Amino acid sequence: MALLEVRNLSVAFETAAGAFFAVKGVDLSADAGEVLAIVGESGSGKSVAMLAVMGLLPPAATVTADAMCFEGRDLLTLTPRQRRDLSGSAMAMIFQEPVASLNPCFTVGFQIEETLREHTDLGAAARRARAIELLTQVGIPAPEERLGSFPHQLSGGQCQRVMIAIATACNPRLLIADEPTTALDVTIQKQILELLLRLQAEHGMALVLITHDMGVVAETADRVIVQYNGRKMEDTDVLSLFERPRSAYTRALLSALPENATGSRLPTVSTFAAAAEDGAA
Amino acid sequence: MTDAPVLETRGIVRDYVSGGLFGGSRTLRALKGIDLRVERGKTLAVVGESGCGKSTLARIITLIDAPTAGELLIEGQPVDVARTGVPAELRRKVQIVFQNPYGSLNPRQKIGDVLAEPLKLNTPLSASARRDRAMEMLLKVGLRPEHFNRYPHMFSGGQRQRIAIARAVMTSPELLVLDEPVSALDLSVQAQILNLLQDLQDELRLTYVFISHDLSVVRHVADDVMVMNLGEAVEYRSRDAIFAAPEHPYTRKLFAATPRIDLPSIRDRVTRKAAMPRATRSGRAR
Repeated sequence: MALLEVRNLSVAFETAAGAFFAVKGVDLSADAGEVLAIVGESGSGKSVAMLAVMGLLPPAATVTADAMCFEGRDLLTLTPRQRRDLSGSAMAMIFQEPVASLNPCFTVGFQIEETLREHTDLGAAARRARAIELLTQVGIPAPEERLGSFPHQLSGGQCQRVMIAIATACNPRLLIADEPTTALDVTIQKQILELLLRLQAEHGMALVLITHDMGVVAETADRVIVQYNGRKMEDTDVLSLFERPRSAYTRALLSALPENATGSRLPTVSTFAAAAEDGAA
Repeated sequence: MTDAPVLETRGIVRDYVSGGLFGGSRTLRALKGIDLRVERGKTLAVVGESGCGKSTLARIITLIDAPTAGELLIEGQPVDVARTGVPAELRRKVQIVFQNPYGSLNPRQKIGDVLAEPLKLNTPLSASARRDRAMEMLLKVGLRPEHFNRYPHMFSGGQRQRIAIARAVMTSPELLVLDEPVSALDLSVQAQILNLLQDLQDELRLTYVFISHDLSVVRHVADDVMVMNLGEAVEYRSRDAIFAAPEHPYTRKLFAATPRIDLPSIRDRVTRKAAMPRATRSGRAR
Protein backbone atom coordinates (compact mmCIF):
# COMPACT_ATOMS: atom_id res chain seq x y z
CA MET A 1 0.00 0.00 0.00
CA ALA A 2 1.14 3.52 -0.73
CA LEU A 3 2.45 5.67 2.10
CA LEU A 4 0.02 8.43 1.21
CA GLU A 5 -3.20 7.61 -0.58
CA VAL A 6 -5.67 10.32 -1.49
CA ARG A 7 -8.79 9.66 -3.50
CA ASN A 8 -11.19 12.21 -4.93
CA LEU A 9 -9.91 15.13 -2.90
CA SER A 10 -11.83 18.38 -3.18
CA VAL A 11 -11.19 21.60 -1.32
CA ALA A 12 -13.78 24.38 -1.33
CA PHE A 13 -13.52 27.89 0.04
CA GLU A 14 -16.65 29.79 1.03
CA THR A 15 -16.81 33.09 -0.78
CA ALA A 16 -19.48 35.76 -1.13
CA ALA A 17 -20.21 34.37 -4.58
CA GLY A 18 -20.66 30.79 -3.32
CA ALA A 19 -18.24 27.92 -2.92
CA PHE A 20 -14.99 28.17 -4.82
CA PHE A 21 -13.31 24.85 -5.53
CA ALA A 22 -9.52 25.15 -5.41
CA VAL A 23 -9.07 21.39 -5.80
CA LYS A 24 -11.58 19.33 -7.75
CA GLY A 25 -11.59 15.57 -7.35
CA VAL A 26 -7.85 14.84 -7.34
CA ASP A 27 -6.43 11.36 -6.76
CA LEU A 28 -2.85 11.08 -5.68
CA SER A 29 -0.52 8.72 -3.94
CA ALA A 30 3.08 8.75 -2.81
CA ASP A 31 5.25 5.75 -1.98
CA ALA A 32 8.11 5.52 0.48
CA GLY A 33 11.39 6.34 -1.20
CA GLU A 34 9.69 8.19 -4.01
CA VAL A 35 10.14 11.74 -5.25
CA LEU A 36 6.79 12.97 -6.50
CA ALA A 37 6.67 16.34 -8.22
CA ILE A 38 3.41 18.25 -8.40
CA VAL A 39 3.59 20.82 -11.16
CA GLY A 40 1.20 23.56 -12.06
CA GLU A 41 0.78 27.27 -12.48
CA SER A 42 -0.65 29.54 -9.81
CA GLY A 43 -4.25 28.67 -9.04
CA SER A 44 -3.78 25.05 -10.07
CA GLY A 45 -4.45 23.91 -6.51
CA LYS A 46 -1.09 22.22 -6.08
CA SER A 47 -0.30 23.85 -2.74
CA VAL A 48 -3.87 23.68 -1.43
CA ALA A 49 -4.03 19.93 -2.04
CA MET A 50 -0.90 19.38 0.03
CA LEU A 51 -2.00 21.80 2.76
CA ALA A 52 -5.16 19.69 2.99
CA VAL A 53 -3.02 16.58 3.49
CA MET A 54 -1.08 18.35 6.22
CA GLY A 55 -4.27 19.69 7.81
CA LEU A 56 -2.98 23.24 7.58
CA LEU A 57 -5.90 24.85 5.77
CA PRO A 58 -7.88 27.59 7.53
CA PRO A 59 -11.33 26.71 8.92
CA ALA A 60 -12.96 28.46 5.95
CA ALA A 61 -11.83 25.60 3.74
CA THR A 62 -13.98 22.51 3.35
CA VAL A 63 -11.97 19.39 2.65
CA THR A 64 -13.74 16.34 1.30
CA ALA A 65 -12.25 13.11 0.03
CA ASP A 66 -13.30 9.50 -0.45
CA ALA A 67 -10.06 8.57 1.26
CA MET A 68 -7.07 10.39 2.67
CA CYS A 69 -4.81 7.81 4.27
CA PHE A 70 -1.31 8.12 5.62
CA GLU A 71 0.29 4.78 6.49
CA GLY A 72 -3.19 3.31 6.47
CA ARG A 73 -4.63 5.81 8.95
CA ASP A 74 -7.51 7.92 7.74
CA LEU A 75 -6.41 11.53 8.20
CA LEU A 76 -9.97 12.83 7.93
CA THR A 77 -11.16 11.04 11.07
CA LEU A 78 -8.21 11.93 13.31
CA THR A 79 -8.78 14.22 16.28
CA PRO A 80 -6.92 17.55 16.21
CA ARG A 81 -4.58 16.18 18.89
CA GLN A 82 -3.74 13.13 16.80
CA ARG A 83 -3.20 15.39 13.81
CA ARG A 84 -0.74 17.51 15.76
CA ASP A 85 1.17 14.41 16.82
CA LEU A 86 1.51 13.41 13.20
CA SER A 87 2.42 16.81 11.74
CA GLY A 88 6.03 17.68 12.22
CA SER A 89 6.96 14.13 13.14
CA ALA A 90 5.79 11.50 10.65
CA MET A 91 4.88 14.07 8.02
CA ALA A 92 6.43 17.49 7.65
CA MET A 93 6.35 20.40 5.28
CA ILE A 94 8.64 23.23 4.21
CA PHE A 95 7.63 26.37 2.39
CA GLN A 96 8.71 28.84 -0.24
CA GLU A 97 9.76 31.71 1.98
CA PRO A 98 12.30 30.30 4.42
CA VAL A 99 12.87 33.60 6.17
CA ALA A 100 9.14 34.16 6.71
CA SER A 101 8.62 30.55 7.85
CA LEU A 102 10.94 30.98 10.82
CA ASN A 103 9.94 32.97 13.87
CA PRO A 104 12.12 36.10 13.97
CA CYS A 105 11.91 36.32 17.78
CA PHE A 106 13.52 32.99 18.60
CA THR A 107 16.92 31.51 17.93
CA VAL A 108 17.40 28.82 15.35
CA GLY A 109 18.35 26.37 18.08
CA PHE A 110 15.17 27.06 20.02
CA GLN A 111 13.02 26.50 16.95
CA ILE A 112 14.67 23.18 16.09
CA GLU A 113 14.44 22.00 19.69
CA GLU A 114 10.80 23.07 19.85
CA THR A 115 9.90 20.32 17.40
CA LEU A 116 11.90 17.80 19.39
CA ARG A 117 10.22 18.92 22.62
CA GLU A 118 6.82 18.48 21.05
CA HIS A 119 7.37 15.08 19.48
CA THR A 120 10.12 13.25 21.41
CA ASP A 121 10.96 12.62 25.05
CA LEU A 122 14.58 13.67 24.66
CA GLY A 123 16.10 15.63 27.55
CA ALA A 124 17.51 19.13 27.14
CA ALA A 125 21.07 17.97 26.50
CA ALA A 126 19.94 15.30 24.04
CA ARG A 127 17.79 17.82 22.20
CA ARG A 128 20.71 20.17 21.88
CA ALA A 129 22.92 17.37 20.60
CA ARG A 130 20.26 16.37 18.10
CA ALA A 131 19.88 19.99 16.94
CA ILE A 132 23.62 20.19 16.31
CA GLU A 133 23.48 16.89 14.47
CA LEU A 134 20.63 18.18 12.31
CA LEU A 135 22.39 21.43 11.46
CA THR A 136 25.48 19.44 10.50
CA GLN A 137 23.34 17.17 8.36
CA VAL A 138 21.85 20.09 6.42
CA GLY A 139 25.31 21.53 5.83
CA ILE A 140 25.43 24.55 8.13
CA PRO A 141 28.97 25.40 9.15
CA ALA A 142 29.81 25.88 12.85
CA PRO A 143 26.47 24.44 14.01
CA GLU A 144 27.13 24.98 17.76
CA GLU A 145 27.46 28.71 17.17
CA ARG A 146 24.53 28.84 14.77
CA LEU A 147 22.15 27.45 17.40
CA GLY A 148 22.23 30.87 19.05
CA SER A 149 21.63 32.78 15.79
CA PHE A 150 18.40 34.50 14.90
CA PRO A 151 16.88 34.02 11.44
CA HIS A 152 17.79 37.53 10.30
CA GLN A 153 21.44 36.73 10.86
CA LEU A 154 21.32 33.95 8.25
CA SER A 155 21.04 34.09 4.48
CA GLY A 156 17.93 32.85 2.66
CA GLY A 157 19.64 29.60 1.69
CA GLN A 158 20.75 29.00 5.28
CA CYS A 159 17.24 29.70 6.57
CA GLN A 160 15.90 27.09 4.17
CA ARG A 161 18.51 24.64 5.50
CA VAL A 162 17.26 25.38 9.03
CA MET A 163 13.68 24.77 7.87
CA ILE A 164 14.77 21.44 6.43
CA ALA A 165 16.51 20.62 9.72
CA ILE A 166 13.28 21.34 11.61
CA ALA A 167 11.17 19.36 9.15
CA THR A 168 13.46 16.33 9.26
CA ALA A 169 14.09 16.49 13.03
CA CYS A 170 11.82 13.55 13.78
CA ASN A 171 12.71 11.50 10.68
CA PRO A 172 9.44 12.01 8.83
CA ARG A 173 8.26 9.38 6.36
CA LEU A 174 6.69 12.06 4.21
CA LEU A 175 8.26 15.43 3.48
CA ILE A 176 6.30 17.97 1.48
CA ALA A 177 8.35 20.81 0.01
CA ASP A 178 6.26 23.66 -1.40
CA GLU A 179 8.41 25.59 -3.91
CA PRO A 180 11.39 25.24 -1.57
CA THR A 181 13.86 26.97 -3.88
CA THR A 182 11.75 29.53 -5.74
CA ALA A 183 13.01 32.43 -3.62
CA LEU A 184 16.65 31.38 -3.90
CA ASP A 185 19.46 31.96 -6.40
CA VAL A 186 20.17 29.12 -8.82
CA THR A 187 23.47 28.07 -7.28
CA ILE A 188 21.79 27.95 -3.85
CA GLN A 189 18.77 26.21 -5.39
CA LYS A 190 21.04 23.46 -6.64
CA GLN A 191 22.52 22.96 -3.17
CA ILE A 192 19.11 22.86 -1.49
CA LEU A 193 17.70 20.39 -4.03
CA GLU A 194 20.76 18.19 -3.62
CA LEU A 195 20.31 18.33 0.14
CA LEU A 196 16.64 17.37 -0.09
CA LEU A 197 17.41 14.47 -2.44
CA ARG A 198 20.25 13.26 -0.23
CA LEU A 199 18.05 13.28 2.89
CA GLN A 200 15.24 11.67 0.92
CA ALA A 201 17.52 8.83 -0.21
CA GLU A 202 19.20 8.37 3.18
CA HIS A 203 15.95 8.22 5.11
CA GLY A 204 13.86 6.58 2.41
CA MET A 205 11.31 9.34 2.77
CA ALA A 206 8.60 10.09 0.30
CA LEU A 207 9.35 13.59 -0.97
CA VAL A 208 6.54 15.59 -2.51
CA LEU A 209 8.01 18.52 -4.37
CA ILE A 210 5.59 21.25 -5.38
CA THR A 211 7.09 23.36 -8.13
CA HIS A 212 6.37 25.35 -11.26
CA ASP A 213 9.85 24.79 -12.67
CA MET A 214 10.00 22.06 -15.30
CA GLY A 215 13.80 22.04 -15.06
CA VAL A 216 13.58 21.17 -11.38
CA VAL A 217 11.10 18.40 -12.19
CA ALA A 218 13.43 16.99 -14.84
CA GLU A 219 16.34 16.86 -12.44
CA THR A 220 14.64 15.56 -9.30
CA ALA A 221 11.34 13.73 -9.77
CA ASP A 222 10.56 10.04 -10.14
CA ARG A 223 6.90 10.65 -10.83
CA VAL A 224 5.02 13.77 -11.83
CA ILE A 225 1.49 15.04 -11.37
CA VAL A 226 0.46 17.98 -13.53
CA GLN A 227 -2.40 20.12 -12.22
CA TYR A 228 -4.41 22.87 -13.81
CA ASN A 229 -7.30 24.81 -12.35
CA GLY A 230 -7.79 22.35 -9.48
CA ARG A 231 -7.80 19.27 -11.70
CA LYS A 232 -5.21 16.64 -12.33
CA MET A 233 -4.11 16.73 -15.95
CA GLU A 234 -1.49 14.03 -15.93
CA ASP A 235 0.08 11.50 -13.56
CA THR A 236 3.07 9.74 -15.00
CA ASP A 237 6.74 8.84 -14.57
CA VAL A 238 9.21 11.63 -15.22
CA LEU A 239 10.63 10.24 -18.43
CA SER A 240 7.24 9.75 -20.08
CA LEU A 241 6.23 13.26 -19.08
CA PHE A 242 9.00 14.78 -21.14
CA GLU A 243 9.25 12.11 -23.83
CA ARG A 244 5.59 11.68 -24.67
CA PRO A 245 3.27 13.86 -22.60
CA ARG A 246 -0.26 12.50 -22.90
CA SER A 247 -2.29 15.51 -21.88
CA ALA A 248 -2.61 18.44 -24.26
CA TYR A 249 -2.12 20.78 -21.31
CA THR A 250 1.28 19.29 -20.48
CA ARG A 251 2.28 19.66 -24.10
CA ALA A 252 1.22 23.32 -24.06
CA LEU A 253 3.15 23.86 -20.83
CA LEU A 254 6.29 22.33 -22.27
CA SER A 255 6.00 24.30 -25.48
CA ALA A 256 5.78 27.56 -23.50
CA LEU A 257 9.28 26.99 -22.14
CA PRO A 258 11.57 29.50 -23.81
CA GLU A 259 14.15 26.75 -24.42
CA ASN A 260 11.61 24.84 -26.50
CA ALA A 261 10.60 27.83 -28.59
CA THR A 262 10.53 27.35 -32.30
CA GLY A 263 11.35 30.70 -33.82
CA SER A 264 10.85 33.86 -31.83
CA ARG A 265 7.20 33.35 -30.83
CA LEU A 266 6.01 31.39 -27.83
CA PRO A 267 2.58 29.73 -27.66
CA THR A 268 -0.10 32.04 -26.31
CA VAL A 269 -2.62 31.60 -23.55
CA SER A 270 -5.42 30.63 -25.92
CA THR A 271 -3.34 27.57 -26.75
CA PHE A 272 -3.36 26.83 -23.03
CA ALA A 273 -7.02 27.31 -22.35
CA ALA A 274 -7.88 25.12 -25.32
CA ALA A 275 -5.39 22.50 -24.23
CA ALA A 276 -6.76 22.47 -20.70
CA GLU A 277 -10.30 22.05 -21.99
CA ASP A 278 -9.06 19.08 -23.97
CA GLY A 279 -7.32 17.67 -20.95
CA ALA A 280 -10.39 18.04 -18.76
CA ALA A 281 -12.65 16.39 -21.32
CA MET B 1 23.87 60.27 -34.27
CA THR B 2 22.22 57.26 -35.82
CA ASP B 3 25.58 55.49 -35.62
CA ALA B 4 25.99 56.00 -31.89
CA PRO B 5 24.83 53.10 -29.76
CA VAL B 6 21.66 53.83 -27.81
CA LEU B 7 23.43 52.98 -24.60
CA GLU B 8 27.09 52.97 -23.74
CA THR B 9 28.83 52.91 -20.40
CA ARG B 10 32.55 53.27 -19.74
CA GLY B 11 34.02 52.11 -16.47
CA ILE B 12 30.90 52.64 -14.36
CA VAL B 13 31.69 52.38 -10.66
CA ARG B 14 29.21 52.70 -7.85
CA ASP B 15 30.08 52.79 -4.18
CA TYR B 16 27.67 52.57 -1.30
CA VAL B 17 28.93 54.00 1.96
CA SER B 18 27.46 52.75 5.21
CA GLY B 19 28.12 53.68 8.79
CA GLY B 20 30.00 56.90 9.45
CA LEU B 21 29.02 59.56 11.95
CA PHE B 22 30.86 57.77 14.74
CA GLY B 23 33.59 55.29 14.05
CA GLY B 24 34.67 54.23 10.62
CA SER B 25 32.47 54.12 7.57
CA ARG B 26 32.49 51.15 5.24
CA THR B 27 32.44 51.40 1.51
CA LEU B 28 30.88 48.70 -0.58
CA ARG B 29 31.80 48.77 -4.23
CA ALA B 30 28.61 47.50 -5.91
CA LEU B 31 29.88 48.05 -9.44
CA LYS B 32 33.54 47.73 -10.29
CA GLY B 33 33.90 49.34 -13.68
CA ILE B 34 31.22 48.21 -16.12
CA ASP B 35 31.68 48.76 -19.86
CA LEU B 36 28.81 47.99 -22.14
CA ARG B 37 27.37 49.00 -25.47
CA VAL B 38 23.92 48.32 -26.89
CA GLU B 39 22.97 49.17 -30.48
CA ARG B 40 19.49 50.30 -31.48
CA GLY B 41 16.89 47.55 -31.59
CA LYS B 42 19.11 45.06 -29.76
CA THR B 43 18.71 43.34 -26.42
CA LEU B 44 21.46 43.07 -23.86
CA ALA B 45 20.70 40.56 -21.12
CA VAL B 46 22.34 41.05 -17.75
CA VAL B 47 22.52 37.85 -15.73
CA GLY B 48 23.62 37.31 -12.17
CA GLU B 49 22.60 36.23 -8.70
CA SER B 50 21.33 38.44 -5.91
CA GLY B 51 23.91 40.96 -4.81
CA CYS B 52 25.85 40.91 -8.08
CA GLY B 53 25.05 44.55 -8.83
CA LYS B 54 22.60 44.09 -11.66
CA SER B 55 19.89 46.22 -10.07
CA THR B 56 22.42 48.92 -9.18
CA LEU B 57 23.40 48.94 -12.84
CA ALA B 58 19.73 49.24 -13.80
CA ARG B 59 19.29 52.24 -11.51
CA ILE B 60 22.28 53.95 -13.06
CA ILE B 61 21.19 53.26 -16.64
CA THR B 62 17.69 54.55 -15.91
CA LEU B 63 19.21 57.75 -14.47
CA ILE B 64 17.77 57.12 -11.02
CA ASP B 65 21.20 56.96 -9.39
CA ALA B 66 24.45 58.63 -10.31
CA PRO B 67 27.56 56.51 -10.77
CA THR B 68 30.48 57.19 -8.43
CA ALA B 69 32.82 57.17 -11.43
CA GLY B 70 32.68 56.38 -15.10
CA GLU B 71 30.75 57.64 -18.08
CA LEU B 72 27.20 57.00 -19.19
CA LEU B 73 26.20 57.84 -22.76
CA ILE B 74 22.66 57.76 -24.13
CA GLU B 75 22.58 57.94 -27.92
CA GLY B 76 26.17 59.09 -27.82
CA GLN B 77 25.46 62.00 -25.46
CA PRO B 78 27.25 61.93 -22.12
CA VAL B 79 24.93 62.20 -19.12
CA ASP B 80 26.08 63.44 -15.75
CA VAL B 81 23.24 62.80 -13.36
CA ALA B 82 25.15 64.02 -10.31
CA ARG B 83 26.36 67.33 -11.67
CA THR B 84 24.08 68.60 -14.40
CA GLY B 85 20.96 66.57 -13.69
CA VAL B 86 18.80 64.93 -16.30
CA PRO B 87 17.13 66.91 -19.07
CA ALA B 88 13.42 66.11 -19.42
CA GLU B 89 13.95 64.88 -22.96
CA LEU B 90 16.29 62.21 -21.64
CA ARG B 91 13.79 61.04 -19.02
CA ARG B 92 11.41 60.37 -21.87
CA LYS B 93 13.99 58.29 -23.70
CA VAL B 94 14.82 55.89 -20.89
CA GLN B 95 12.12 53.92 -19.07
CA ILE B 96 12.03 50.96 -16.72
CA VAL B 97 9.75 48.00 -16.00
CA PHE B 98 10.05 46.31 -12.62
CA GLN B 99 9.63 42.72 -11.48
CA ASN B 100 6.56 43.18 -9.33
CA PRO B 101 3.93 45.04 -11.34
CA TYR B 102 1.56 45.33 -8.37
CA GLY B 103 4.17 47.06 -6.29
CA SER B 104 4.93 49.51 -9.07
CA LEU B 105 1.34 50.58 -9.76
CA ASN B 106 -0.53 53.05 -7.60
CA PRO B 107 -3.54 51.16 -6.19
CA ARG B 108 -5.71 54.30 -6.24
CA GLN B 109 -5.03 55.22 -9.82
CA LYS B 110 -7.18 54.02 -12.68
CA ILE B 111 -5.33 52.34 -15.49
CA GLY B 112 -6.16 55.09 -17.95
CA ASP B 113 -4.58 57.62 -15.61
CA VAL B 114 -1.58 55.37 -15.00
CA LEU B 115 -0.92 55.39 -18.73
CA ALA B 116 -1.65 59.07 -19.30
CA GLU B 117 0.51 60.30 -16.43
CA PRO B 118 3.90 59.97 -18.19
CA LEU B 119 2.52 62.10 -21.03
CA LYS B 120 1.33 64.74 -18.58
CA LEU B 121 4.82 64.96 -17.13
CA ASN B 122 6.83 64.70 -20.31
CA THR B 123 4.77 66.13 -23.17
CA PRO B 124 2.67 69.23 -23.87
CA LEU B 125 -0.28 67.10 -25.10
CA SER B 126 -3.82 68.10 -24.13
CA ALA B 127 -5.93 65.97 -21.78
CA SER B 128 -8.03 64.51 -24.57
CA ALA B 129 -4.96 63.76 -26.70
CA ARG B 130 -3.42 62.01 -23.69
CA ARG B 131 -6.57 59.93 -23.23
CA ASP B 132 -6.52 58.89 -26.87
CA ARG B 133 -2.88 57.90 -26.71
CA ALA B 134 -3.47 55.95 -23.48
CA MET B 135 -6.39 54.06 -25.01
CA GLU B 136 -4.33 53.28 -28.10
CA MET B 137 -1.53 51.89 -25.95
CA LEU B 138 -3.98 49.86 -23.86
CA LEU B 139 -5.12 48.06 -26.98
CA LYS B 140 -1.58 47.68 -28.28
CA VAL B 141 -0.47 45.71 -25.22
CA GLY B 142 -3.44 43.38 -25.51
CA LEU B 143 -5.86 44.86 -23.00
CA ARG B 144 -9.47 45.85 -23.71
CA PRO B 145 -11.13 49.30 -23.79
CA GLU B 146 -13.24 48.52 -20.69
CA HIS B 147 -10.01 48.15 -18.68
CA PHE B 148 -9.40 51.89 -19.00
CA ASN B 149 -11.33 52.83 -15.86
CA ARG B 150 -10.34 49.90 -13.67
CA TYR B 151 -7.93 49.83 -10.76
CA PRO B 152 -4.72 47.73 -10.52
CA HIS B 153 -6.16 45.22 -8.03
CA MET B 154 -8.76 44.18 -10.62
CA PHE B 155 -6.08 42.72 -12.88
CA SER B 156 -4.10 39.48 -12.93
CA GLY B 157 -0.32 39.51 -12.61
CA GLY B 158 0.19 39.18 -16.33
CA GLN B 159 -2.25 41.99 -17.11
CA ARG B 160 -0.52 44.21 -14.56
CA GLN B 161 2.79 43.58 -16.21
CA ARG B 162 1.19 44.57 -19.53
CA ILE B 163 0.09 47.81 -17.88
CA ALA B 164 3.58 48.46 -16.52
CA ILE B 165 5.06 47.85 -19.96
CA ALA B 166 2.44 50.08 -21.59
CA ARG B 167 3.23 52.87 -19.15
CA ALA B 168 6.94 52.56 -19.87
CA VAL B 169 6.35 52.71 -23.63
CA MET B 170 3.91 55.68 -23.43
CA THR B 171 6.63 58.32 -23.83
CA SER B 172 8.05 56.59 -26.93
CA PRO B 173 11.34 55.74 -25.24
CA GLU B 174 14.45 54.59 -27.03
CA LEU B 175 15.73 52.42 -24.23
CA LEU B 176 13.76 50.16 -21.93
CA VAL B 177 15.34 48.62 -18.85
CA LEU B 178 13.46 45.46 -17.92
CA ASP B 179 14.31 44.38 -14.38
CA GLU B 180 13.22 40.73 -14.05
CA PRO B 181 10.00 41.48 -15.98
CA VAL B 182 8.72 37.90 -16.09
CA SER B 183 10.19 36.38 -12.92
CA ALA B 184 6.96 36.67 -10.94
CA LEU B 185 4.77 35.26 -13.70
CA ASP B 186 3.47 31.80 -14.58
CA LEU B 187 4.93 30.00 -17.54
CA SER B 188 1.99 30.63 -19.89
CA VAL B 189 1.81 34.29 -18.89
CA GLN B 190 5.57 34.63 -19.13
CA ALA B 191 5.30 33.45 -22.73
CA GLN B 192 2.71 36.12 -23.52
CA ILE B 193 4.74 38.90 -21.98
CA LEU B 194 7.89 37.80 -23.81
CA ASN B 195 5.90 37.81 -27.06
CA LEU B 196 4.57 41.28 -26.29
CA LEU B 197 8.08 42.59 -25.61
CA GLN B 198 9.25 41.06 -28.86
CA ASP B 199 6.40 42.70 -30.82
CA LEU B 200 7.01 46.10 -29.25
CA GLN B 201 10.71 45.87 -29.96
CA ASP B 202 10.08 45.01 -33.61
CA GLU B 203 7.45 47.69 -34.06
CA LEU B 204 9.08 50.55 -32.16
CA ARG B 205 12.74 49.60 -32.67
CA LEU B 206 13.21 49.60 -28.91
CA THR B 207 16.51 48.83 -27.29
CA TYR B 208 16.33 46.56 -24.24
CA VAL B 209 18.50 45.98 -21.23
CA PHE B 210 16.94 42.79 -19.91
CA ILE B 211 17.89 41.88 -16.37
CA SER B 212 17.17 38.31 -15.42
CA HIS B 213 18.40 35.35 -13.47
CA ASP B 214 16.63 32.86 -15.74
CA LEU B 215 19.01 31.57 -18.36
CA SER B 216 16.36 29.99 -20.56
CA VAL B 217 14.56 33.34 -20.82
CA VAL B 218 17.85 35.10 -21.50
CA ARG B 219 18.69 32.66 -24.23
CA HIS B 220 15.33 33.36 -25.83
CA VAL B 221 15.46 37.16 -25.78
CA ALA B 222 19.08 38.30 -25.83
CA ASP B 223 21.43 39.38 -28.58
CA ASP B 224 24.32 39.85 -26.16
CA VAL B 225 24.72 38.53 -22.65
CA MET B 226 26.64 40.02 -19.75
CA VAL B 227 27.22 37.77 -16.75
CA MET B 228 27.83 39.66 -13.53
CA ASN B 229 29.31 38.50 -10.26
CA LEU B 230 30.22 40.68 -7.27
CA GLY B 231 29.98 43.91 -9.23
CA GLU B 232 32.05 42.75 -12.17
CA ALA B 233 31.14 41.70 -15.67
CA VAL B 234 32.89 38.34 -15.68
CA GLU B 235 31.81 37.52 -19.21
CA TYR B 236 30.25 39.69 -21.91
CA ARG B 237 29.75 38.21 -25.36
CA SER B 238 27.14 37.42 -27.96
CA ARG B 239 24.37 35.08 -26.84
CA ASP B 240 25.35 32.33 -29.24
CA ALA B 241 29.00 32.46 -28.22
CA ILE B 242 28.29 32.44 -24.51
CA PHE B 243 25.76 29.61 -24.63
CA ALA B 244 27.91 27.55 -27.00
CA ALA B 245 31.00 27.77 -24.82
CA PRO B 246 30.87 29.67 -21.52
CA GLU B 247 34.43 30.70 -20.69
CA HIS B 248 34.49 32.14 -17.20
CA PRO B 249 34.33 29.66 -14.29
CA TYR B 250 31.46 31.61 -12.73
CA THR B 251 29.44 31.47 -15.95
CA ARG B 252 30.02 27.74 -16.10
CA LYS B 253 28.96 27.35 -12.48
CA LEU B 254 25.79 29.34 -13.17
CA PHE B 255 24.99 27.29 -16.25
CA ALA B 256 25.67 24.03 -14.43
CA ALA B 257 23.40 25.01 -11.54
CA THR B 258 20.46 25.82 -13.81
CA PRO B 259 18.03 22.90 -13.95
CA ARG B 260 17.58 21.65 -17.48
CA ILE B 261 15.27 19.30 -19.26
CA ASP B 262 17.60 16.88 -20.90
CA LEU B 263 16.14 13.51 -21.84
CA PRO B 264 19.38 11.50 -21.79
CA SER B 265 20.23 12.76 -18.29
CA ILE B 266 16.70 12.06 -17.03
CA ARG B 267 16.95 8.55 -18.46
CA ASP B 268 20.35 8.17 -16.84
CA ARG B 269 19.08 9.32 -13.45
CA VAL B 270 16.00 7.08 -13.57
CA THR B 271 18.10 4.04 -14.52
CA ARG B 272 20.61 4.71 -11.77
CA LYS B 273 17.88 4.98 -9.15
CA ALA B 274 16.15 1.81 -10.37
CA ALA B 275 19.45 -0.06 -10.09
CA MET B 276 19.82 0.87 -6.43
CA PRO B 277 18.85 -1.95 -4.10
CA ARG B 278 15.37 -1.46 -2.68
CA ALA B 279 16.75 -1.55 0.88
CA THR B 280 18.89 1.53 0.29
CA ARG B 281 16.05 3.32 -1.37
CA SER B 282 13.62 2.88 1.48
CA GLY B 283 16.41 3.29 4.04
CA ARG B 284 15.75 2.96 7.70
CA ALA B 285 12.31 4.45 7.61
CA ARG B 286 10.44 1.19 7.41
